Amino acid sequence: MFDDLLLTVLLTSIPLILAATGELVAEKSGVLNLGVEGMMLMGAVSAFGFASLTGNPYVGILGGGLAGMMVAMVFAVFVLGLATNQVATGLALTIFGTGLSGLIGAPLVGQAIDGLSALYLPILSDLPLVGVLFRLDALAYLAMIIVAVVSYVLNKTKAGLILRAVGVNHDSAHALGYRVLQVRFLAVCFGGFMAGLGGAYLPLVLTPHWAEGMTSGRGWIALALVVFASWRPGRVIIGAILFGGVTILQLVAQARGWGVPSQFLSMMPYFATIIVLVLISSRGRIQFGAPAHLGKNFMATR
Amino acid sequence: MKNIFSKLMMAFASFGLIASAAQAEPLKVGFVYLTNPGDHGWTYAHELGRQQLQDHFGDQIITSYVENVPEGPDATRVIRELVAEGNDVIFTTSFGYMEQTLKVSKEYPDVYFDHITGYKRGPNMATGNIRFYEGRYVQGVVAGLTTETNQIGYLAAFPIPEVIQGINAFARGLRSVNKDATIKVIWVNSWYDPVKEADAAKVLIAEGADILAQHTDSPAMLQTAEKAGAKGFGQSSDMHKFAPNAQLFASVNNWGPYYISQVQKVIDGNWSTGEGPDHWAGNTWKGIGDDFLVLTDFKNMPADVAAKAAAARDGIGNGSLNIFEGPMMDNAGNVILKDGEVLDDGGLWSMNYYVEGVEGNIPN
Repeated sequence: MFDDLLLTVLLTSIPLILAATGELVAEKSGVLNLGVEGMMLMGAVSAFGFASLTGNPYVGILGGGLAGMMVAMVFAVFVLGLATNQVATGLALTIFGTGLSGLIGAPLVGQAIDGLSALYLPILSDLPLVGVLFRLDALAYLAMIIVAVVSYVLNKTKAGLILRAVGVNHDSAHALGYRVLQVRFLAVCFGGFMAGLGGAYLPLVLTPHWAEGMTSGRGWIALALVVFASWRPGRVIIGAILFGGVTILQLVAQARGWGVPSQFLSMMPYFATIIVLVLISSRGRIQFGAPAHLGKNFMATR
Repeated sequence: MKNIFSKLMMAFASFGLIASAAQAEPLKVGFVYLTNPGDHGWTYAHELGRQQLQDHFGDQIITSYVENVPEGPDATRVIRELVAEGNDVIFTTSFGYMEQTLKVSKEYPDVYFDHITGYKRGPNMATGNIRFYEGRYVQGVVAGLTTETNQIGYLAAFPIPEVIQGINAFARGLRSVNKDATIKVIWVNSWYDPVKEADAAKVLIAEGADILAQHTDSPAMLQTAEKAGAKGFGQSSDMHKFAPNAQLFASVNNWGPYYISQVQKVIDGNWSTGEGPDHWAGNTWKGIGDDFLVLTDFKNMPADVAAKAAAARDGIGNGSLNIFEGPMMDNAGNVILKDGEVLDDGGLWSMNYYVEGVEGNIPN
């Protein structure tokens, strides 16, 4: 019984982990993309569409990721190519993605698909407690692997160093001969792909049907998670599980009649974010981990 | 010359057409929808009602709808636009349009407004509602007879009287056949959040529930039940294709008869909401007996259970079974109704307690 609850917590946190990790990479390169919600919805509708069309949920995974990436490219063209305001463009992307996904998804409403099934890893899945980690589906395992790879690339490789350099000071990076816009373009595309995967997780695993606006704010939580994790991939996982845990905890509290107001528990993740923000920012901007040039547009001057 | 003549003939012909059209100008009926109708759930049920209405009157009326209208100031604009497009009757199909409908109804006294599930009326604004809770009593009967764990999970949207009526009616049905079964309620705080509904369903199943009921709109709960081997009931419309093995039956909201009767009244010229500040005569609240609520076939259950469910449905329909008839106690043991007492509609709308069989307290 406890295992079941733990598994539910994990499943709820996977879309957040995927989307937040993608956004983290984009932000590390200095681009703030507030369009996560829109990209997730595009990912969700495309994943469902492809899975429904081909009858293969694995095609859905790819379709979801690519759709997220395509709308991220639109964002990149505006922000990187035309140097538009990142906040405004990101918000526009969310509105655009919400509307377009509803339009594309209209004929898909009411269809049902066979979602991704869980892949039990032998022996490991029988372990007490940690066993649930090995009773997930392919996309969830992929999420874990991607986080590990992202963490490694960002911190241990030259490519990661360049990406971070671009985010910390694009003028210096430019002076050193790095192609700021190219790096950012790739980072934004990666972010979009991951947000698309996060969105894809909803109709492929959590609830195998398409519904307009089915992400209901999870894109925004993913954005908050990046800050919560102070731009470190490992902490994204902890944060996402914490968010997922509190979400499930408030449902359990109700089912068991603990007498805690459900609204209070629903508020907890956001409250925790604020507390963490206060704690981190009080120690100064460097530890805070925000890339110094986050949200600032780059125009090559020479 | 010949050319001019033929043009003249055509002009006369078309004039004649216009004249004949003016004689039997069709009545225009507009609908305001909360979401895209899709093919399941609350708005879909209204869309089916609109289609029934159109089929019933054929050329006599023209119907149209505006979808995805948020419950807020925007609705006012949409309703006004429907008036501007010449609609004679306007149905606003969600509770949250109440104030907006009332406001616009005062601006256009010649247009007939009809608000679904609200309680405010006016000289040209009526209200219509379905006794949804009647279907939930039958759900309770089926749940009580099929549960093995004696634990029922119930997903609820918001603690308003309509939802509490449903929970209590379900509990009355449940306890009429099974004194040991109890209901655990989870408030999702949303009418439509598939992921959260699925999460809540998973939690309820993990906590031991084997039958799930919902007062939220998405098929997520049934899909979760299907996957976990539990059973449940569809909401607003038939959801069997999402959960062919899990759906026991669905209570289907059948708005067609209401729309038809309201439009017929306009055509006959006897549409009225009565006198007085409440315009109480303008309220329609009917259920199984008038086909406002239709139960789908009883499936995935033994024949004797289906027979008892059918008996309960028919008893409610012909009035021989009263769901809220004493003795009735709340879940703290206080007597609500003494033996033989019956709750009236006022009592139904002021329910602020759980009856016996429901765990916990209503959040405030």
